[in-house]
Amino acid sequence: MHFSHVLKSKKIALSLILGVFLTFCTCKTFATQAEHAPETEQPAHTEGGHEEAFNPSEVILEHIADSHSIHLWGTASIALPVILYTDKGLEVFSAANFEHGHKDFAGKHYTYRLVKDKVAIVEGTDNLLPAATVLSLNKKLIDFSITRNVVSMWMSMLIIFIIFLSVSSAYKKREGKAPKGLQSFIEPIIMFVRDDIARPNIGYKYERFMPLLLTVFFFIWVNNLIGLVPFFPGGANLTGNIAVTFVLAFITLVVVNINGNKYYWKHIFAPDVPVWLYPIMWPVELVGIISKPFALMIRLFANITAGHIIVLSLISLIFVFKAASVSLVSVPFVVFMDVLELLVAALQAFIFTLLTALFIGTAIEEHHH
Amino acid sequence: MELVTPEIGLVFWTSVSFFILFIILAKFAWKPIMGAISERERSIEDALLKAEAAKDEMARLTNENDALLKQARAERDLILKEAKVLKDQIVADAKDNAQKEGARMIELARIEINNLKAIAMADVKNQVASLSLEIAEKVLRKQFEDSSKQDALVADLLKEVKL
Amino acid sequence: MIGSIAALGAGLAVIGAGIGIGQVGGKAMEGISRQPEAASKIQTAMIIAAALIEGAALFGVVVSFLGLR
Repeated sequence: MHFSHVLKSKKIALSLILGVFLTFCTCKTFATQAEHAPETEQPAHTEGGHEEAFNPSEVILEHIADSHSIHLWGTASIALPVILYTDKGLEVFSAANFEHGHKDFAGKHYTYRLVKDKVAIVEGTDNLLPAATVLSLNKKLIDFSITRNVVSMWMSMLIIFIIFLSVSSAYKKREGKAPKGLQSFIEPIIMFVRDDIARPNIGYKYERFMPLLLTVFFFIWVNNLIGLVPFFPGGANLTGNIAVTFVLAFITLVVVNINGNKYYWKHIFAPDVPVWLYPIMWPVELVGIISKPFALMIRLFANITAGHIIVLSLISLIFVFKAASVSLVSVPFVVFMDVLELLVAALQAFIFTLLTALFIGTAIEEHHH
Repeated sequence: MELVTPEIGLVFWTSVSFFILFIILAKFAWKPIMGAISERERSIEDALLKAEAAKDEMARLTNENDALLKQARAERDLILKEAKVLKDQIVADAKDNAQKEGARMIELARIEINNLKAIAMADVKNQVASLSLEIAEKVLRKQFEDSSKQDALVADLLKEVKL
Repeated sequence: MIGSIAALGAGLAVIGAGIGIGQVGGKAMEGISRQPEAASKIQTAMIIAAALIEGAALFGVVVSFLGLR
């Protein structure tokens, strides 16, 4: 795992990035073609049979959204397990049964159909009942499938485990010595999280929150980076998925409010204003509690999603104009955007962690005014 | 709308995965890493403090040495001074004594000399007296060997004697 | 139609955020050039402020997502 020497040379790093994204470009072109093709033959459109005009927003949204299969190359893909919790019981089968949405699958309890990469129950004659989301709970069907995003998340967890367990064993082995190899690459980042994020914002009690901040920081960062990799281990838009950012922001919300001390609660329920203003202040403060993590959730989601959309839009230009020569313009732009996204990946992880630390800091601040 | 609506499945899996990630990393990564880093920092700080203390100690020792040296020098000076005084005194005493002794000896010598001189003088006087008596006897004897001279003398003497 | 209008709204939101972040960045540069030794502190504060402004723009983007079917 000692690849830090690779990162030391700017030229190597740059050419690596370039190479990765050039590969990405070619991969994506195949991908868009391949995935576009079956769409025209979806059950809903079977009557037409003729070639449909290229719809970039559809393609882009398909890439942004979650999926029940991982596309590898050409027509090859990995079908992922579908786990459904229905009102009649649990249902587990492979997404290969859907054949990319060409076929309905008759399970134990219902017949299921894949609509825009989402599982829905077919009831009676083509009456679709969509899978439940957090906001609109459908009692009949909750989708707990191992989707592309879940697989990507586990991949990133694996990478994080490999990196940090080896680093921590290096610390055990080389106790009290200067860091070396991967250790010396990771240590400044950890020190950065500690000295520039945790300590100035939380104060002297920062040590309790270091594990959370470090985990959040590296989880977001690694997932952002993996999201940028266009082929198999990556390819998912994990941190650009609102469910993931929702969980992260919810953790921040819980941690901040559990650790809030009496000054924090006094500031919310008994601020220094005339008593008759309290009925106005309470809702405002309560909205403030929610809105801070909400902004965190939206920020990470929108940043990453927007980055993916821009990259995919630039690629789509080639297919919109149906001319390979457009790639001369769009590919350099894509490379530029991808390099920018590398920065954004680190920046968003930093901002999320920083704001979490800031919120924790204001919640546990001993005394203000 | 679909894009901004969290799905329960992914929320569930993210929560579970993140929880596992957090627990494992907190236990097996952050704890040892943070522990090692802070331990190392503490040891570095300790070493710095120790170096500072050693420097202070050094300075203190140097100061002490200086003070000791100064004190020793002052003491030496004092001793030297005392010794000098003593020496001077001893020399002065010795000189004094010597002078006194000398004076006394000189005095004694003078007295002795005087005594000896007196004895010698007395001796010389005696010798002179006896010599002159002898001479006078011899002269007289020569003078009075012939009777004419005796007569002449008598005649002279008689001439002198005027009655 | 709704999608396009939402996208226009997102664009307007981005104009405001752009001006705001430009102000933040410019003032931060001024601050750094005036006090280079405080650069790291100013940078952190700048990034926080920029992130907060950006959040407002991203709400606009999200609203435009809401317009997507």
